[in-house]
Amino acid sequence: MQKRLNKEVLSKLTELGIEVYGQIERGEFPRIKLPIRSTSNIIFDEELKQLVLGPYKAERTASNIKQIRSLTQLLWVASFAKRLVEEGKSSTLRDLYYHSLNYGIRFREQLESDDTVTDLEALLMEPREAFNIFPKERSSIFGDLTIEYTTPETHKGMRANLSSNPDGVMIGLSVAQADFISCKADKVFVIEKNAVFRRFIEERVYERFNAILIDTAGQAPRLARLLLRRLNMELGLPVYLLTDADPWGMHIAMVIIRGSANAAHLRELTTPEAKWVGLWATDIKRFNLPSFPLTKLDEERIRLLEEDLRYRDFEWQSELQEFKKTKRRAELESFSAHGLSAIVDKYLPKKLKMVSEAG
Amino acid sequence: MSGEKFKAISAADFFYKNKEIAGFDNPVRATYTIIRELVENALDACEQYSILPDVRVKLIDEGNSIYRLRVEDNGIGVPYEQVPYAFAQILFGSKYTLRQSRGIFGLGGKMAVLYGQITAHSTVKVTSSQGGYEKYTYELNINIQENKPIIKRKEVLPNPSRWRGTIVQFSFEGDYVRAKPKVVEYFKQTSIILPYATILFIDPDGVIYRFDRITEKMPKPAEEVKPHPHGIDLEMVQRMINSTRSSTLVDFLANNFHRVGVATALNFLKSIKFKPDMNPKSLTPKELLTLVNKMKEYDGFQPPDAQCLSSVGPELLRAGIMREFKPEFVAVTQRGAAAYGGHPFIVEAAIAYGGEIPITPPDELTVFRYANKIPLLYDLHSDVTMKVIKKINWKRYKLDPATMPLAFFVHICATKVPYKTVGKEYIADRPEVEYEIEWALKTCARQLRMHLAKKEKAAFVQRRLSVFEKYLPMISQFAAELAGSPNPPHHEKVLKRLQIHAKEIEQRSVVQVN
Repeated sequence: MQKRLNKEVLSKLTELGIEVYGQIERGEFPRIKLPIRSTSNIIFDEELKQLVLGPYKAERTASNIKQIRSLTQLLWVASFAKRLVEEGKSSTLRDLYYHSLNYGIRFREQLESDDTVTDLEALLMEPREAFNIFPKERSSIFGDLTIEYTTPETHKGMRANLSSNPDGVMIGLSVAQADFISCKADKVFVIEKNAVFRRFIEERVYERFNAILIDTAGQAPRLARLLLRRLNMELGLPVYLLTDADPWGMHIAMVIIRGSANAAHLRELTTPEAKWVGLWATDIKRFNLPSFPLTKLDEERIRLLEEDLRYRDFEWQSELQEFKKTKRRAELESFSAHGLSAIVDKYLPKKLKMVSEAG
Repeated sequence: MSGEKFKAISAADFFYKNKEIAGFDNPVRATYTIIRELVENALDACEQYSILPDVRVKLIDEGNSIYRLRVEDNGIGVPYEQVPYAFAQILFGSKYTLRQSRGIFGLGGKMAVLYGQITAHSTVKVTSSQGGYEKYTYELNINIQENKPIIKRKEVLPNPSRWRGTIVQFSFEGDYVRAKPKVVEYFKQTSIILPYATILFIDPDGVIYRFDRITEKMPKPAEEVKPHPHGIDLEMVQRMINSTRSSTLVDFLANNFHRVGVATALNFLKSIKFKPDMNPKSLTPKELLTLVNKMKEYDGFQPPDAQCLSSVGPELLRAGIMREFKPEFVAVTQRGAAAYGGHPFIVEAAIAYGGEIPITPPDELTVFRYANKIPLLYDLHSDVTMKVIKKINWKRYKLDPATMPLAFFVHICATKVPYKTVGKEYIADRPEVEYEIEWALKTCARQLRMHLAKKEKAAFVQRRLSVFEKYLPMISQFAAELAGSPNPPHHEKVLKRLQIHAKEIEQRSVVQVN
């Protein structure tokens, strides 16, 4: 798979070079047509069940003084990516930013070079991982899943069981791209915070529920989303998402299910079949959980989500309305008020039942 | 005959008793005023006869706050027999005509001489020649009570070099140390408005201030004109009637007033129901008053003609400013002739930008005011020019006096300058004058804005080009790397297109400006 990807990406990058080369040779201003990534050009694709970019494109041309710099930056990122792929090396966004300083490409800050990488993704319709550029990893996986590494060369063919480390195994490129050899689990639990992830390991949730556990540590990084999708699609495992009961936690689940606006230009990062099992706003009352008032920021966020295309379904809207009504939020840890293992003993079975009945 | 007596006593005595009103109120102010009055007289002696002025001024410290001033010019010279009256008798003029000059009747100069006599018991020593075979020296005093010259000494000397001009020397009590900033400023500002004059000033410390002429072009001298009927007063008309030879009212009007001919005079008299053939000397006081008031009101007179005025002109004004400040740009304009209360006047203005012009805080703007070529150094904030500068919305012209190196110049030439006070240091805000100054400055501001816009555009085009020169080679290199080509593409063609493009933009901006 990686080999095929490399070849495809390399030919796309070369094509880009040939096009610009030709423009210059003909005495034309070098220019590139880029899909517009602003919200005005982001739509919800019913078939893919994720956010995708619309049909609009903008020209980035050297004849415009305001664009020549960003065009140069984009072409540099492209040539940097080509070198990475050709030499089989990998890099991070931070690393790329520092490299740029050597080339006289002035990015004002890392945010700008990160954004240029996203431009290149949109231009070639390939995720940055395809150019061997990776974000910092912070998500982990734990469970009875045996994998065989396909990258890097040094570990190719080696196998590992992901329950061998009680802290969980970091989901890096190698884990995300590994082949699945054997799996005893029949479902995946995704938890937004490490404390609850650890509690689940301690409470043997993986055994009792026969589940693979994934800690996203906040918004799920792309590699975690990629791996989730593979677990769902390749192994047919249902995916259950557990987050705090607030607009932010809710959105972590949403991005896994229907994608983010930031990655609307990319495919194959979403898991449309994943289920958000809680905490719902309605769970606060249902399970009599200790709760806190919503902050101003929370309420603003709720207003934004109400208008978000991804939230138009009835279930999501009614949760948003419940937040607006109760003006309370709760965290996953709040189950501790009912005893150390209450979340596992009482809550999980009940919610899984609710979701499977509804679904 | 009581009027006669009044006149004889009053002239010198009046000034003696009221010396403060003419700028002699303290030793500092007196020092400045005396130097100024004598230099103005020297310049008038040259300019009115189209002689390129060459004025040398020397001030010597004689101790005990007494200074001796020597002013030499290369002007027309004073005729031998008129020297005593020209320098030691305070007179009103005998002719009722008006002419733009620095001062009327040279009164200020005589005041200076009188002040020297009072404070330092000094005689005035005058050496003059009109370029003949002789030159002559007088030492004079003024008999204050009788307003008559006292000749202490006189001497006639051969003039083999045919020198022409006047040298005036006398002593006075003053304070140069404290007057110095204003005196030096006066010379500096005078040289700006008179780029065709060479002026040399040696101060008591031996410091030489030298301003050499940079052009031999001179504005045409001012011409004498009769008073305009809108600019007269009762006393003036009374005196004119006393001395007229005209035996009918219509002749009197047609012969003595500016822009009034026989036809105009007849129309006017008809409108006020005065008999044209009556003798002006037979008018009763009441009739005279009616006549004067009606003359001021009547709108059938042609407006005064500014032909008589001697403006500096845009070219010379620019030259003077360039010499002093070497600015990046000078916007100069001259308004057409206008009139207030029967007095014609012309406003000239300039705004200079950059060069050696300092950036000043907003309440200390660099403003140069001139009236009939005299720099006005006092009371800037009471002057109409300042009022106008404060009124104009400079933002509309993309100018900011607080942050940009700007200097403003305003010159009013008039047969009668509307000074607010006797001290002749600032101009009253007559609406007609204010209007002309405002539009003169706005015209300059517009020129300057265009200059700055053009400059900005050119800089923008250059900046743009340099951006391309920086990025195009990079784009070429990255494109080659991506394409897998060992050599980058030839981007010179693109650059050439850009340079053509840049030229087009520049030309377009020129078209917009014009």
